[in-house]
Amino acid sequence: MLDLALNVAFAAFGLAFLLAAFRLLRGPSAPDRILALDTLYVDAVALALLLAVQQDSAAYFEVALLIALIGFVSTVALARFVARGDVTG
Amino acid sequence: MSRLFPRPWLSGALFAAALMFWGVAPLPLAGAALLALVLPLGLARVGAPSSPLARPGRAARLAAVVLWDIVVANVAVARLVLGPPGRLRPAFVAVPLDAPHPQVAAALAMIVTMTPGTVSADIDEGCTRLLVHVLDTGDPARVAADIKLRYERALMEIFGCSTSR
Amino acid sequence: MRAAIEVLISLLLVAGGFFGLVGAIGLVRLPDFLMRLHAPTKATTLGVGGALLAALLYFVGSGRWIVHELLIAAFLFIGAPVSALMLAQAAIRARLPSRAPLAEAGEDEERPG
Repeated sequence: MLDLALNVAFAAFGLAFLLAAFRLLRGPSAPDRILALDTLYVDAVALALLLAVQQDSAAYFEVALLIALIGFVSTVALARFVARGDVTG
Repeated sequence: MSRLFPRPWLSGALFAAALMFWGVAPLPLAGAALLALVLPLGLARVGAPSSPLARPGRAARLAAVVLWDIVVANVAVARLVLGPPGRLRPAFVAVPLDAPHPQVAAALAMIVTMTPGTVSADIDEGCTRLLVHVLDTGDPARVAADIKLRYERALMEIFGCSTSR
Repeated sequence: MRAAIEVLISLLLVAGGFFGLVGAIGLVRLPDFLMRLHAPTKATTLGVGGALLAALLYFVGSGRWIVHELLIAAFLFIGAPVSALMLAQAAIRARLPSRAPLAEAGEDEERPG
């Protein structure tokens, strides 16, 4: 039962990942691509969490934490850059 | 003491979190203490506003309301997303804020974004007006009234600011 | 007891996957940027929240990993509205095409030129 649910979740988040990648390539505007990138990293966090359960290894939490941390900072930096033209101002 | 620890709650939480993360041993203890000392001092130094909660119990109740709203209304949004997109009626709604309080405005903007169907699009400089984008509505005025009634009033109680303006 | 928790974990995983997928479908399907912004900020965040809760329940008892889950949740749930607000501001300033009537919003925006 858990295996089946895991496979369903893997398929769902994997498909979500592909759809976000499609939007990343398609655009059309810069905010669209940033939003797609944002979705990509959140889906990657979810996939890492699923791997943690599937492999029964808590080490994947480190992976998920790193992706979440870097993804958050980079999305905010990119969005700020597009909104104002520089990151620190 | 309050000079050394301008945010005692934050210092305590940082210390506890660091110890949970690193385990209890001499080096982590030193690191946790350093974190608990330096980070709040730095925050106070750059003038980050500290926000004492006037009513913590009310905050817990609001958090429960918001969590419930997120789960329930996400189902509605799922139906909107999967249905025919041509039928959606998006709109911008300006929500006037009753008190120009930066923490209330920020918290309200985050709540509005996380509750489905609405996304905060802009806050003006003086925190007097929140611009909200609604995914599908036939009555924008009611959306604004709902936001004020359901979340803003509670937030103003929590941060202890008066309605008078 | 273990079986009941396993059922709960399975439900959370499937629900999380569903909302994660809805978020991505919205990202691809919805017609303009501000409408697309709705899908990932909420559905995807709720989806990964489900996966996070499932993983948390799965590892309950092995202790010491709770902090990671809390930190991941903090980054995701604080990050989503912050980046959504910034992206919305970027889109409004860039005057991206929007199906929502901009008249009301446009009044207070500084117009270039």
